[in-house]
Amino acid sequence: MAEGSGVAASDGTPRRDFLTLVTTAFVGVGVGAIAWPFIASMQPARDVLALSSTDVEIAPIAEGMAVTVMWRGKPVFVRNRTPAEVQEARAVPLSQLPDPATDQSRVQKDQWLVVIGICTHLGCVPLGQKPTDPRGDYGGWFCPCHGSHYDTSGRIRKGPAPRNLEVPQYAFTSDTKIKIG
Amino acid sequence: MAIGLHNSDIKNPVIRWIDQRMPVFTMMQKEYGTFPTPRNFNYFWNFGALAMVNLMIMIATGIFLAMHYTPHTAMAFDSVERIMRDVNFGWLIRYVHMNGASMFFIVVFVHIWRGMYYGSYKAPRELLWMLGVVIFLLMMATAFMGYVLPWGQMSFWGATVITNLFSAFPFVGDWIVTLLWGGFSVDNPTLNRFFSLHYLLPFVIVGVVFLHVVALHITGSNNPLGVEPKGPQDTLPFHPYYTAKDSFGLVIYFIVFASLVFFAPNFLGHPDNYIPADPLVTPAHIVPEWYFLPFYAILRAVPDKLGGVLLMFGSILVLFVLPWLDGSPVRSMRFRPVARIAFLLWTVCFFVLMYCGGMPAEEPYVTVSRIATAYYFGYFLVILPLLARLEKPLPLPESIARAVLGGGGPMPAGAAAKPMDKA
Amino acid sequence: MLRTALGAFALIGALATATPARAAGEAIAIPNHPFSFDGIFGTYDRASAQRGFQVYKEVCANCHAMRLLSYRNLRELGLSEQQVAAIAAQYQIQDGPNDEGAMFERAGRPSDRFRSPFPNPQAARAANNGAYPPDLSVIAKARNGGADYLYALLTGYADPPPGVTMGEGMNYNRYFPGHQIAMGAPLNPDQVEFADGTPGTVENMARDVATFLQWAAEPELEQRRAMGVKIILFLTILGGLAYAVKRKIWADVH
Repeated sequence: MAEGSGVAASDGTPRRDFLTLVTTAFVGVGVGAIAWPFIASMQPARDVLALSSTDVEIAPIAEGMAVTVMWRGKPVFVRNRTPAEVQEARAVPLSQLPDPATDQSRVQKDQWLVVIGICTHLGCVPLGQKPTDPRGDYGGWFCPCHGSHYDTSGRIRKGPAPRNLEVPQYAFTSDTKIKIG
Repeated sequence: MAIGLHNSDIKNPVIRWIDQRMPVFTMMQKEYGTFPTPRNFNYFWNFGALAMVNLMIMIATGIFLAMHYTPHTAMAFDSVERIMRDVNFGWLIRYVHMNGASMFFIVVFVHIWRGMYYGSYKAPRELLWMLGVVIFLLMMATAFMGYVLPWGQMSFWGATVITNLFSAFPFVGDWIVTLLWGGFSVDNPTLNRFFSLHYLLPFVIVGVVFLHVVALHITGSNNPLGVEPKGPQDTLPFHPYYTAKDSFGLVIYFIVFASLVFFAPNFLGHPDNYIPADPLVTPAHIVPEWYFLPFYAILRAVPDKLGGVLLMFGSILVLFVLPWLDGSPVRSMRFRPVARIAFLLWTVCFFVLMYCGGMPAEEPYVTVSRIATAYYFGYFLVILPLLARLEKPLPLPESIARAVLGGGGPMPAGAAAKPMDKA
Repeated sequence: MLRTALGAFALIGALATATPARAAGEAIAIPNHPFSFDGIFGTYDRASAQRGFQVYKEVCANCHAMRLLSYRNLRELGLSEQQVAAIAAQYQIQDGPNDEGAMFERAGRPSDRFRSPFPNPQAARAANNGAYPPDLSVIAKARNGGADYLYALLTGYADPPPGVTMGEGMNYNRYFPGHQIAMGAPLNPDQVEFADGTPGTVENMARDVATFLQWAAEPELEQRRAMGVKIILFLTILGGLAYAVKRKIWADVH
């Protein structure tokens, strides 16, 4: 190939000159340009990106209950918190949190908590959506894989997970409907 | 030197450390660096390297297409169109793959043609040639199965017709066809296995290409004169001379390739393959891809089903015995005035067959196909064996260096010595 | 050497010419209609394609599906996000199953595929005297002549010439293979009222819908050609450089 032709002599003396340098540079640009479409093709396709919002009807969710909806192939926890749970989440001093964040900063309406149900440790789905599930030491979620405990605001309190459960982008399109994404 | 370590000449300590334990660098240097190559190659000798690059392009694009393709009769067509519309640069990767198949056949046809014109199949390169024919057969199988994957009308009916060829064989024919289909017609099991094999065979091709190159580097390359190099004055180191020449040829090849991909991506395809497969409706005029047309014409030239199938397979299998059919000791057609004309006529017949294969099976195409088919086989089975005995070849040049540099006269000492300084 | 290189190109040329010869086969000559996307530098006339979508929506979509397109794709024709959402919302799309396990209908979203007029091919045939109105998603790629053929077909309805007996329910068309087409003349003057004041002649509607269908079949066309021009330029320069390097290296051999 052309890139090698700059070093012609086998006695070890490089014979780099302008012409071969320019040619080599061109080949380098060409090879780089070829690589890009392949890499880009592995990124989400346009139809995948177009499907990136989900509507959730929240009226049927009774106080204290939660639903799990699918968004971008991941579970999203939508929880209708009781006033006691909200109270509990807001009473914790930030200094006790591994990943400090106020409950207010994590919700749009006090009773509704929307978080991505993926443990920030290694990607398992924490338990705590069903009333019969263990909810961990802090009344939120408990990840069975490696024992991370989340509180009623989805914040990490105990265990190996480094960060709070992520809050996705969402908006209330009406009093009974939210649009995630 | 420790026992077992390779004695490496490489200076760079890191590369040297590796090379002592696994002498791939020494091997590359020997096989692609200093490898003595006849000095008189013309541009026809680019096509082997082009075929190698083309194979790599097909494998790379194919792997990325497979990430998005769904081998199911209900989803295959739509998944291909999804690649065209929604996958980032999916259209580019697919069109490169699709036209890459055509480019591959153009390159390999020229490569084979060159081998036939310059007698590259003759001793001691018989095995090299036969491995090449194996690659060609594998390519055809791979291309055929790949064409089925988009599951358009031509995919489906091409698959139906080609697999039905095997039903021509007595006793076992129907059994073989059912085996190929995995059912009672071309259907989902067929599509699934074709996808599996279409993914597998290119790697088999890579393996046979490796053997092809191993065999090549034992005998060394043929050259336009067909006279073996007699000494260092007849050869040049592969690098930088032929790397540079191949690089230039490669750019020209890419220009042709890019023109197809970007400006006429469907030129060599058939519009019917953008109609989803329908097992109830056969297209009015079904034709295989252009590179199969000559062989398709041979199939149709024979009124008998089994005879047609045998002749079609025979048209390629005859290449296996070509080294023994052509007994002339002179390789290059440059020095065989009669054989040269006979071979150029054979080339014309090949194109005539290609043309007839794309035409409907009616007159005058049937008769023309028959004449061309007769000559196609006649060239191999009658003309070449006879010419080996009867033809009087022109006098061969004494050596490559004489022919190239001196035109038969005394060798200019300086010119011959110079490249050797580098070798 | 030049001779052999030329030989190689002649070979490639011969291969190339062998193909359209076969495609021309028994086909009827399709007149060439000038489109905005003709030639190497042609692009889609957005206004024409938008009008073409209107023709499709108001006329063709009654029978012909375009299942490979989504409403979001219309953004590429220059429609705004709001316009696309409004168009999508005009359609009721089946979704589900819901929590009760039932399928339900909801207003379309930009990410939905174009709604098909019939639930399956059998229903399409049953409603059209047994003739299947083909999906138009890639029709411009699926017919010899592409957009030229579509234009010719849509403007090619005529009274059958004397001596031609038409099949039951068939219509004479100068450009349809066999000249007998089950689809009645779909476009009539002023059938569609264009907002931009373009007269609703059959020719205008045919041109616009052919442009729209060409875009639908090859939405990548503009990007492909723009990239192609750059790549060919790049390769031409690289070819010159590679040739110069080759000449230089070989200078002391010849």
